[in-house]
Amino acid sequence: MSFKTFKIDDMDLSAAEDDTILQVAREHDIFIPTLCFLEGLSPVGACRLCLVEIKGSSKLVPACVTQVQEGMEVLTNSERLQKYRRMVIEMLFSEGNHICAVCVSNGHCDLQYLAQRLGVDHNELPYLHQQKPVDASHYRFAIDHNRCVLCTRCVRVCDEIEGAHTWDVMSHGIDSQVITDLMQPWGDSETCTSCGKCIQVCPTGALFKKSKAVAEMVKEHEFLPYLKTMRETK
Amino acid sequence: MAQQISINPVTRIEGHAHISIQLNDAGEVDDAHFHVTQLRGFEKLCEGRPFREMPSLTARVCGICPVSHLIASAKACDELLAVRIPETAIKLRKILNLAQMVQSHALSFFYLSAPDFLLGMDSDPAKRNIFGILEREPEMARGGIRLRQFGQQLIETLAGKRIHPAWVVPGGVNEPLTPEKRDAILAGIPEAKATTQRTLEWFKSILGDYREEISAFANFSTMFMGLVGPDNTLEFYDGQLRMMDAGGNIINPNIPPYEYQDYIGEAAEEWSYLKSPYYRPVGYPDGLYRVGPLARLNIAERAGTPLADAEMEEFKQLSLQERMSSFYFHYARLIEILHGIERIEELLHAPDILDPRVQATASANSPEGVGISEAPRGTLIHHYRIDTQGIMTWANLIIATGNNNLAMDRGVAQAAKHFVKGEKIEEGMLNRVEAVIRAFDPCLSCSTHAVGQMPLHIELLSPDGAVVDQVQR
Repeated sequence: MSFKTFKIDDMDLSAAEDDTILQVAREHDIFIPTLCFLEGLSPVGACRLCLVEIKGSSKLVPACVTQVQEGMEVLTNSERLQKYRRMVIEMLFSEGNHICAVCVSNGHCDLQYLAQRLGVDHNELPYLHQQKPVDASHYRFAIDHNRCVLCTRCVRVCDEIEGAHTWDVMSHGIDSQVITDLMQPWGDSETCTSCGKCIQVCPTGALFKKSKAVAEMVKEHEFLPYLKTMRETK
Repeated sequence: MAQQISINPVTRIEGHAHISIQLNDAGEVDDAHFHVTQLRGFEKLCEGRPFREMPSLTARVCGICPVSHLIASAKACDELLAVRIPETAIKLRKILNLAQMVQSHALSFFYLSAPDFLLGMDSDPAKRNIFGILEREPEMARGGIRLRQFGQQLIETLAGKRIHPAWVVPGGVNEPLTPEKRDAILAGIPEAKATTQRTLEWFKSILGDYREEISAFANFSTMFMGLVGPDNTLEFYDGQLRMMDAGGNIINPNIPPYEYQDYIGEAAEEWSYLKSPYYRPVGYPDGLYRVGPLARLNIAERAGTPLADAEMEEFKQLSLQERMSSFYFHYARLIEILHGIERIEELLHAPDILDPRVQATASANSPEGVGISEAPRGTLIHHYRIDTQGIMTWANLIIATGNNNLAMDRGVAQAAKHFVKGEKIEEGMLNRVEAVIRAFDPCLSCSTHAVGQMPLHIELLSPDGAVVDQVQR
């Protein structure tokens, strides 16, 4: 395996050639925001929050799926990036109905944390969200589509770790939504094993335990890298 | 020429309202109305949401008394779960509810109404506020502020934050009490008690100066409604819902929660967004009744705590006819604060108050739930229906203030007829009309407060709508 030397925010670094910019940045405590990325799941580069600048290129690249290259100079926190990241969060707020005050995940939500951390103190975009239903047909869990940011973490954990592939995505644009099986009520799903992994990896209050009231839903996803290692070494 | 006077907005109340006074050709008050000018729509926006969101969602009805909604809502949700709530959770909820009663009553008395008593009904409106009290009687103002702080900090200590805490949940509360927190709350009790006792003595000493107000501040015979505890003691959390007639007779000793709609109807008038609940067996609008501190003290036989019992005994020495005056809401409020502090102390010393079992968990086992509790302003009813998955299909809320709507409306007319007269309309006359509303301490939207900044705007209008005269402060 060969090693590459490069810079992130003027810091001289080296890493294995198949390491991503995000991996190296995290190892060195350099903050790059992420939402769809989750340690233990395959990266998809969908949310665009981890976009970084590469000197000499006008194109922004997602840090979670971009490997380091020799001589690369990465900027993780330029004004341009800050602006785009805030815009991404604003678009999510425009597309969904994210009222933290009455959410099960209030105080324990990745989207809420990112909005605070990235300084989203108001939304300049019009609210376009439609009223979507809450599917509470499962005996233990429920999904509030109004709070879903379509990160597909649930889709990936169900497919890659649990192996059930109950979740998927349907439709396009603002009408997109995650579905169980062939868009059946979750409670009728024949593939769902009720393992609850999707609940734990969901970054917002979209997927939650029905027994939880406002602000009670704390997500735990530390189990993921461990499970992944166990699966791979079997 | 017939004229109309409009008091808009009504100041030193919680929310937005205005009062219109209709004068006849002779310049005398013909009629007056109390208009609530805002619409909230909470019953509708609850539909489609999981029922476990209801305590926090409906608490947003109010920024002053969110705890009341948390309590009534959680009780309705307990019914949906159809389980027994742990005893300790009930005690903790009771403490929280009383803490809010203390802080809300302190806000009403010291911040909103005391300026009228201390500085005078006719004093300069620019100074007739808490800052005016701070100048004239700094000790009194400080005591009131500290008393409110006691209640608010208790809420924060128990529930995590002062406004809209999420600690009360269906099935109980989500965190037990620690010994440190208990001791921190207990440490504040002696001062709160002393302040209340001092204020009560002072208030009783000035009652004689307000004979005229006592006689004309919504002083009429009505029914009263409220909860009472075992042995007919004051009760804010549980107990039996009771109705008393103007002669002091208990006409319904125990209205079953699920049958409240057989007893309480809700009428809508075109001049107000606030519905007018009435006692159904008597009909509308004669079935008006009052709720809140005055109603509770009239209905309950005693407080159930020593200091408040003594005060209540003294209060009960007033004739029933006297106790019909809404001016005594203030008096009743102070006695309730004293009772609240005593009861909080008693509950904190309960042997099981630190028990970690504070939440029962269950699914949505019942299609319907009714939760009734006493908010600072009176009886509060939350009524929910859910589908088999626990999604809300229907909600009905009867807010404490709403119960008093008919009485406030009639009280405004009574006070206007008594005080507003003569060639020139004095500001002090109109302040007395507003003060009737303040006696009820209505919580109209509950979120807006302005001290000494809301202008009182009075317009004298001719029948064709032209402004004949206006006064602005």
